[in-house]
Amino acid sequence: MTSPLRLCVRRRPAAGGEGPDVVVSVSVPSDVGCIEEAVALVARHCFAGVAVEERMRFRLQVALSEALANAILRGNHEDADKRASVRVELAPDAIRVHVTDEGAGFDPHAVPEPLGPDGIQGAGGRGLFLIRKLADAVEFNDRGNSICMTLRRR
Amino acid sequence: MAFTQSRQQNGVVVVRSDGQLIVGNRHELKELIQGALAAGDRRFVLDFSHTGYIDSSGLGALVTVARQVRELGGELRLAGLNDDLRSLFELTKLDSLFSIADSPAQALAGF
Repeated sequence: MTSPLRLCVRRRPAAGGEGPDVVVSVSVPSDVGCIEEAVALVARHCFAGVAVEERMRFRLQVALSEALANAILRGNHEDADKRASVRVELAPDAIRVHVTDEGAGFDPHAVPEPLGPDGIQGAGGRGLFLIRKLADAVEFNDRGNSICMTLRRR
Repeated sequence: MAFTQSRQQNGVVVVRSDGQLIVGNRHELKELIQGALAAGDRRFVLDFSHTGYIDSSGLGALVTVARQVRELGGELRLAGLNDDLRSLFELTKLDSLFSIADSPAQALAGF
């Protein structure tokens, strides 16, 4: 069976130029069963041939898994005609991960923190919270259908 | 990804999680625990020694099954979390909700 994921990797020419050294793009179908493979694929390309701090790999895996779950479940509502796109920019000092869905977007400021008594006992509502804790910076586009997570190399 | 289940001589069910516990397989874990509850099991140790990462859906599944076990008078303990995995429970304050042991052997001791 062929993978339903679509991968593209671009490397900046060694001699000069602006922007990230490597850009990894993956198009993911709206199926939560594809998330694990997509995360593994991105992690493999992000850390190929470089010394990796395991904590960095862990943060990337969890944050990307969360963002893809949000994109597929809440953004695309598991619509088979829609896809989630991942674009990862690798720079010497940081990894920037963009995840975009085809949904109407949401207001990230309206999502409550899940640390009250009801939140702790609840089954959901921790995804965005975890992303904010694991990433060094989190931004959304105006529409609210695209998240950008920055993880700095330490 | 696989969850494997084994029953100790004292009746405690140990469930080992290999790979990730995430949105794509959380139902598998819930169904396994719920099946064991239906069969009369009440004491569980979830072994995460061989788990890479857990997402918020996986954490939510653990909250759900732990509540179901508690409501039937049982107990569910977690074991084998490395520092990264344990940090997820600390960040979300779920470490206050679960009994977390360093190893399955420690979780089984006195169970």
